[in-house]
Amino acid sequence: MSRRVAITGIGVVAPGAVGTKQFWELLMAGRPVTRTITSFDPGRFRSQLAAECDFYPEQHGLSPEQCARLDRVTQFALVAAREAMLDSRIASTGEAAHRVGVSIGTAVGCTQQLEQQYRAVSDHHEHWWVDHSRASPFFYDYFVPSSIAAELAWLVGAEGPSTVVSTGCTSGIDAIGYGCELIREGSVDVVVAGGSDAPIAPITVACFDAIKATSSRNDDPETACRPFDRTRNGFVLGEGAAVLVLERLELARARGARIYGEVAGFASRSNGYHMTGLRADGREMAAAVTAALDEARLPATAVDYVNAHGTATKQNDRHETAALKHSLREHAYRVPVSSIKSMIGHSLGAIGAIEVATCALSLENGAVPPTANLHEPEPELDLDYVPLVAREMPVEVALTVGSGFGGFQSAMVLARDLGPLA
Amino acid sequence: MTTAAVTGIGVVAPNGLGVADYWSAVLRGQPAIGPIPDSTYPVRFAGQVVGFEPDRHLPGRLVPQTDRMTQFAIAAADWAVQDAKLDLSGFDPLDVGVVTAGTSGGFSFGQRELANLCHRGPEHVSAYMSFAWFYAVNSGQISIRHDLRGPTGVLVADQAGGLDALAQARRKVRQGTRLVLTGGLDCPLCPYSLTAQLAGGRLSDRDDPATAYLPFDVRAGGHVPGEGGAILVLEDRAQAGARGAAVYGEIAGYGATTDPHPDSGRPPNLRRAIELALADAGLHPADVAVVFADAAAVPELDQAEARALAEVFGPHGVPVTAPKTAIGRIYAGGGPLDVVAALLALRERVIPPTVNVARRTVDRAVDLVEAPRPLTGSAALVLARGVGGFNSALVVSTRDIVDR
Repeated sequence: MSRRVAITGIGVVAPGAVGTKQFWELLMAGRPVTRTITSFDPGRFRSQLAAECDFYPEQHGLSPEQCARLDRVTQFALVAAREAMLDSRIASTGEAAHRVGVSIGTAVGCTQQLEQQYRAVSDHHEHWWVDHSRASPFFYDYFVPSSIAAELAWLVGAEGPSTVVSTGCTSGIDAIGYGCELIREGSVDVVVAGGSDAPIAPITVACFDAIKATSSRNDDPETACRPFDRTRNGFVLGEGAAVLVLERLELARARGARIYGEVAGFASRSNGYHMTGLRADGREMAAAVTAALDEARLPATAVDYVNAHGTATKQNDRHETAALKHSLREHAYRVPVSSIKSMIGHSLGAIGAIEVATCALSLENGAVPPTANLHEPEPELDLDYVPLVAREMPVEVALTVGSGFGGFQSAMVLARDLGPLA
Repeated sequence: MTTAAVTGIGVVAPNGLGVADYWSAVLRGQPAIGPIPDSTYPVRFAGQVVGFEPDRHLPGRLVPQTDRMTQFAIAAADWAVQDAKLDLSGFDPLDVGVVTAGTSGGFSFGQRELANLCHRGPEHVSAYMSFAWFYAVNSGQISIRHDLRGPTGVLVADQAGGLDALAQARRKVRQGTRLVLTGGLDCPLCPYSLTAQLAGGRLSDRDDPATAYLPFDVRAGGHVPGEGGAILVLEDRAQAGARGAAVYGEIAGYGATTDPHPDSGRPPNLRRAIELALADAGLHPADVAVVFADAAAVPELDQAEARALAEVFGPHGVPVTAPKTAIGRIYAGGGPLDVVAALLALRERVIPPTVNVARRTVDRAVDLVEAPRPLTGSAALVLARGVGGFNSALVVSTRDIVDR
């Protein structure tokens, strides 16, 4: 397990920003892009808000055939992957195809088409035996989300192991973690890894309405998502993708690649507690953080920046703050902790990858994004959450954490440079 | 290196609930494919689980929150823990993980709630929907039921994913996780799910259950879908020995590849997945006693599998079987069920049969086992392929395993 993993390419499709450069500028401006849902009429829903991508697939290089056939989640993934591959300047895979893998996270896969197909086959009637003849010929690809991994493999010419990782809201981190394992064990040299989700559809909004997880601040969309703030009242649904090119460090250095940083450690744990609830003490997230730091062989005090899960639900922000105090101890009070969900919402299985990308960009650019909309932290939430304004500062080591339905807790540590190869 | 040993098995299958009933039916080649009640679709048959009583097999409060797929998963995990004679209270919860595969989610539950959304209004969608139909539900529910807080995972690679999950569980055991519950369950038989599979174009529309699913046969015309799967307990062999647990065998090797785009002109990669798995296990082709085939029953896919086997093992070089002909293809559940059959075949020294297949010719190089046959050796190869070009190969072995 001695092989090290470099990040050599990044591609991002985010609300308010298609493209990594635009995405970073948005984060640095601290500008929330949450808004009233435009992709359907949200009038009948409790939460009518989302952070939507202004995404025109044909302008981003997808063919008319791909635009017609692929669900939005797959289109996001392809556009982000193409940017990441170009960014990495990796040669076309060719004969090395079998040394390239794909690991893409998604929580809810092709939700929009899953709902659309139901509407088509039910044809306005509530028959259990729906009219199968009205389905799209591509329904099976929507049904099983590994179609996303297959499309990515074809795009980049990967013939090594490919998979979808679907651990709910930690899918993005977990997919990148899985990709790292494939490189560390020697199965492949390159993994195209990330996360994508396009959940903004009536069924998803209805699901979160039913458990009051999302913000109902419909009269003030831009400030609706307020992580760590006393007035926070839920998350705002988002969408998007981030894809990274992960590469064996030795090979990346040998070809003179631009290296954003190394994935130094990763761990996932469960809380064994509840499908949607969290124990207040955050012990399992803390265990994931500790295990990720152990794998990185770094002390807690080495962490310069924490990218928080920061959903802005009451329970998450307390849980996470407790987890950081357990795992980082005194250092938790010194390290900047911020939530980009305040700006771009919570894109379920994509956001973990978008947050890993954010950490990599922090290493590269020497700055950390703020938590927007944070004016008055809840008293017991007493860490440095980087309110409102981005901060320029050197970042050598960044930590990102995720937490999701099913009880999943994940942590990943990135480092700018862990030194020469042994 | 740590040896990842299988010490417990829980099965929910169309031909049996529990590992003993399943194996007995597999060995007899007892068909368990029957008509889908009320189906007017061009898919008439499925491998359906009979006798599963949710109220008896899981806590009552979980029944209304879960899809049938998850009910199977919870029961299979319970049975695997019992089979392994595990007292989980003796483990630190952070040392026990869960890794499962899924293909569809809880889509029978999903169909009902989509109907509520579309025909009654968003306020009628169940509060359980958000976590009943997503792909991670089985890992989540199993971890909660047994208070397991270690490494988790959920992999989706169509039918190949079940083997990928077992391989990922093995990685975790090798990295020091003391115990992992792993496997896959699927239940894609509601009308909405069948509609998706019909669109995929690989279902058999035959009107006789005995000829509906005929891999490697000239009459092959698609597969019969099924429901069910298996959960296995995986742990370090030394630990299993220390706690006096009986060992079925070990996950000895694994390889996974992806096929290039069909229009690329490049060759497919199943052969390489097989070679990787054998190399990982430190075995030669001659060491393999039996192959559990993917058995797609789509002529060109059968030919591709036959070719890959001939290239690795030589023509007629290894006995090949497909017990799934009796129960259908079960997607994420299919690989784990074949692994269970492979472990028991090695233990009992008998190869279970492929049923119904009689006029096989797609490739005469395949030595298809049509009646139980004595087995010699201690390693079996299990293959699974997923739509989109996913190839997974897993080697199980009973080397140095004392009889249970």
